[in-house]
Amino acid sequence: MRFILLTVGAIALIGCRQDMHDQPRYRLNSASDFWSDGRAARPAVKGTVARGMLKTDAGLYTGKINGRDVLEFPFPITKEVLARGKDRFAIYCTPCHGLTGHGDGMIVTRGLKNPPSYHSEALREAAPGHIFDVITNGSGSMMSYGARIPVKDRWAIVAYIRVLQQSQNVKLAQLTTEEVEKVKASERPAAPEKKAAKKGGSH
Amino acid sequence: MYTGLGPRVRWLMSQIFSPSTNPLSKISIVAVALLAGGGGLALWEVNSSPFVSRANYPFEQPVPFSHKHHVAGLGLDCRYCHTTVERSAFAGMPATETCMSCHSMIWTNAPMLEPVRQSWATGKSLEWNRVHDLPGFVYFNHSIHVNKGVGCSECHGPVDQMPLMYQANTLYMTWCLECHRNPEMRVRPRDKVFDMKYKHPENQAELGAKLVAEYKIQKLTDCYTCHR
Ligand code: HEC
Ligand code: HEC
Ligand code: HEC
Ligand code: HEC
Ligand code: HEC
Ligand code: HEC
Repeated sequence: MRFILLTVGAIALIGCRQDMHDQPRYRLNSASDFWSDGRAARPAVKGTVARGMLKTDAGLYTGKINGRDVLEFPFPITKEVLARGKDRFAIYCTPCHGLTGHGDGMIVTRGLKNPPSYHSEALREAAPGHIFDVITNGSGSMMSYGARIPVKDRWAIVAYIRVLQQSQNVKLAQLTTEEVEKVKASERPAAPEKKAAKKGGSH
Repeated sequence: MYTGLGPRVRWLMSQIFSPSTNPLSKISIVAVALLAGGGGLALWEVNSSPFVSRANYPFEQPVPFSHKHHVAGLGLDCRYCHTTVERSAFAGMPATETCMSCHSMIWTNAPMLEPVRQSWATGKSLEWNRVHDLPGFVYFNHSIHVNKGVGCSECHGPVDQMPLMYQANTLYMTWCLECHRNPEMRVRPRDKVFDMKYKHPENQAELGAKLVAEYKIQKLTDCYTCHR
């Protein structure tokens, strides 16, 4: 009799296996019926600062000092930073702004009203702090990317946008003779008014 | 030896089975073995079936979100939505703001997207049903796998072909260990981790050994790697 009970019990337990795997603890992003907003993850208490989150460097974290866009990058821009910027730009910005920043990304072909080209006079002359602010807080109908992209990556994207802008706005006089030859060779017979020269073959 | 036992017991001690049942006893031994084996096999089958392991089993979601549309169709990178997959244990689920980046401007009237607009208007999170769900006593970490060259598709299957998300593997311990014992057969170059179309080359053993050395990949099979 005892044996039968044990067997039936064991078989029953196999049935509940998955349920017994759920332990009474919260994971990131779990729902909770305890808090009124239904979230297990709690926002920081007002007036407290988490470790490593003390943001005293306004220029770095907001792109503004005393309400004015910063004109300089808050850290040196190296080759690695530019490579990182290119990578992050491809993930977060190309769907709308396109690989070269002309505002012709994939989502535009699906009905998005054209985002502006980065190659306008206004955006070429915009301070780095302005572009940083657009990424952080959004602009007009563009949503903010502050919650998705860490601060340093945002600056790297700004730096890469500067590279894109350069690449589409090179004067012949800035090129070496070799490069001029290369540009001429690549020019089709019926060339558009002002062929954009590209350096380093990025796109 | 049995002195003192009553006649009833003595009756019990008498022969119950006649010699003619001898073959039957032999057959029954085989039958019991077969039954036990069959039962075991059936349990194993049930245990690894989609019903128990949840594999290959599309889930109902508040919004019928299609990875096929957004990844294969629009070319979005996984990290556009799963933003923390490279730097934390948790891959990260998109906030409503992420959907609204596009859907505040396109497909703004689609009835399918009503829950997204509701969530945006009220500030209440969308509640996605978990598709992958390891038991609470298992520790898993995305960032280490991603940074050591284990591609998303290695564990999640052809996500870019999924109109609705499903779990492509059992996520059982044997499945994890199969790779932890022989990572060289499953790793790829780091820049291919997010590539859903990646196929392992013919000379995977060779390339794998090279990557294992380059990325300093260990064979982590100690229990405390995953149970801590
Ligand atoms: C979902 C599509 C989309 C994505 C993705 C996107 N943008 Fe935009 N962006 C827009 C639209 C639309 C505008 C025009 C907004 C307006 O003026 O209402 C815009 C405007 C801008 C502007 C011009 C702002 C000004 O000064 O007028 C900049 C700079 C910019 N985006 C940078 C970025 C960067 C950097 C990224 C990647 C981190 C990015 N955008 C990602 C759609 C997008
Ligand atoms: C446009 C945003 C978006 C993009 C891009 C995206 N996902 Fe998702 N992903 C979601 C949403 C929303 C869910 C939750 C709904 C669901 O399960 O289908 C999800 C769920 C998942 C899940 C299941 C999570 C669970 O509940 O267990 C996996 C795995 C996943 N995505 C992998 C990927 C991979 C791999 C890529 C890149 C190829 C990718 N996703 C790209 C939005 C996105
Ligand atoms: C980068 C832009 C972009 C983002 C971000 C985005 N979508 Fe979409 N979505 C689209 C486009 C474009 C379509 C139209 C489908 C097409 O043209 O292939 C679409 C279509 C849809 C549809 C209906 C079409 C279908 O059959 O799948 C749903 C539902 C949807 N999206 C849900 C979501 C959810 C939920 C999120 C947030 C996790 C999200 N989308 C984020 C661009 C986006
Ligand atoms: C080594 C296997 C493995 C790889 C590689 C992997 N995942 Fe996962 N993923 C898992 C497991 C296991 C879970 C379930 C975690 C849990 O239940 O705690 C999961 C869960 C998720 C989730 C749900 C949220 C979460 O973190 O629990 C998303 C989204 C996701 N993965 C996306 C991705 C993306 C995008 C990639 C590629 C960059 C990726 N995964 C690579 C195994 C993997
Ligand atoms: C396709 C191969 C593959 C699969 C499948 C896989 N892993 Fe891993 N895992 C790796 C590699 C490679 C590493 C990195 C080893 C190292 O540190 O050198 C790793 C490392 C880990 C670590 C160490 C993280 C740390 O911080 O120490 C944990 C924990 C882990 N895996 C858990 C799991 C679990 C749980 C599963 C099953 C749900 C799983 N893995 C499935 C390849 C895999
Ligand atoms: C690579 C990660 C990994 C390692 C290493 C590992 N486990 Fe596990 N273990 C898992 C996962 C994942 C599960 C949950 C499987 C499931 O869903 O049934 C699990 C489940 C278990 C269970 C519960 C089985 C059940 O069916 O409920 C036990 C017991 C266990 N492991 C013991 C061990 C021991 C002992 C070791 C060391 C020899 C070990 N594990 C090493 C990943 C691991």
